[in-house]
Amino acid sequence: MIGFLKKKKRKHNQEDQGVSADHGILVFENTSDVIQAENILKKQGWPVRVMGPPPEIQTGCDLVIDFPLIEELNILRELRCADISPLQVVPVTAHLLVPVDLFETKDFGTYLMVRAANMKITIAKEGLKIVNISGGGCPDVPYLAQEMVGKSLAEAPRPREIGHTLCGYALELAYEELLRKC
Amino acid sequence: MLGIVGTVPDRQFPLIHGKTRWADGHIRINDRSISVNRGTPALLGAALKASECINGPEIYAFLVGDVGRGDGSRKLYRFLEQHLPNFDFQVLTFHYLQPDVDWHNKVLFAIETMRRRPILIADAGFMYAAKMSGQACSYDFFTPDVGELAFLADEQAPHPFYTRGFILHQNNKVTDLIRLAYRHRNAAAHLLVKGKLDYIVHENQVVETVDHPSFPAMEAIGGTGDSLTGLLTVLCGAGFKLTDAAVSAAKANRRTGRYVDLNPATQVSELIDKIPQALSSLLYND
Repeated sequence: MIGFLKKKKRKHNQEDQGVSADHGILVFENTSDVIQAENILKKQGWPVRVMGPPPEIQTGCDLVIDFPLIEELNILRELRCADISPLQVVPVTAHLLVPVDLFETKDFGTYLMVRAANMKITIAKEGLKIVNISGGGCPDVPYLAQEMVGKSLAEAPRPREIGHTLCGYALELAYEELLRKC
Repeated sequence: MLGIVGTVPDRQFPLIHGKTRWADGHIRINDRSISVNRGTPALLGAALKASECINGPEIYAFLVGDVGRGDGSRKLYRFLEQHLPNFDFQVLTFHYLQPDVDWHNKVLFAIETMRRRPILIADAGFMYAAKMSGQACSYDFFTPDVGELAFLADEQAPHPFYTRGFILHQNNKVTDLIRLAYRHRNAAAHLLVKGKLDYIVHENQVVETVDHPSFPAMEAIGGTGDSLTGLLTVLCGAGFKLTDAAVSAAKANRRTGRYVDLNPATQVSELIDKIPQALSSLLYND
């Protein structure tokens, strides 16, 4: 229980500084982009805040948008529709982190599996039908599998279109890697 | 009774809770039927099959529709915060939920006020939130795959997607990742690490590994981790010592592959159907 309170205390301290372990920041080239993005996102009901950037951020203007990291895919899609692109999207921690960029390909003979971060997608080489999607832990993973498995790569909806979380984003990367290979 | 908490990939699916049972190849809860495909229904299906096989405890589920927007998960978190203290479970397993540290903490506080503390198992998104919250040691089991273990080992990563490369490169050194996860207090009391070799860990010590039978195609099949967590839930609730429950769950989950024509296109529902055979052969014939 003492450990629990200590952790709570640490978390409150983080909140005092306006950051939380499950938040990220959007870095833009200029302030007008930040404001425009904030208006769009707030109008759509996203819980975003305009903040000062952490010292590690060397690019962009002196404002960033703080957002719930898990909603990254949704928020980027919203901004893309409005033709606004952040320079960087980074999780809020003491140090800057970058997304996993390692791909692993496994050849099962008549099937091919690609893994990106924690997500795996497997296709039948003949017909390029998606036969399985595995890994991940966010609730869009079973949804993505439901919508994509049994369809060909060409027919299936793309994870970036129907996914909502970082797991969905990782699956999009695996999907793109498969497209490169097939 | 065992409790299982998770989501169903259907936006229209309301928040429901109740005892579950098998009916016509589906999970039945209240007046609803759920297909056993993947995600929490796969975990539930595996748990029901396992419990039926060993005449184990009843299974109570808390479910809500969520396709990744997090709206359903938040509704369920709010419900659990308010109502969990009124329930009594031997084991409580959390599964596919939108990772949210604040809601995780509220639910954990609610668990602290239950009449008896259940054995707590966290898998999938809820395990991510448990790690991010810094409360990992409040749990009895985490069930990561090797990639998720690397995330637990990386004290800075807020999601497996951001696990740092130099830690991911230790993929072949699972014991190093286990050590790092415990060093940073990001591991539960027990870990069941799923992979080519399954590791059963208690407080930073590898108690046992399971590598037989081995079916490489299982790695591609979505839901085999869910079925493993379902088996673990039931065996923990059936009075097995926790490490024994994990060893038997790992062995039985692998054995399901013996009874189907296994390939990377096999669906997890086919494997779940074979749990009674796999578990019986393990518990009663070996």
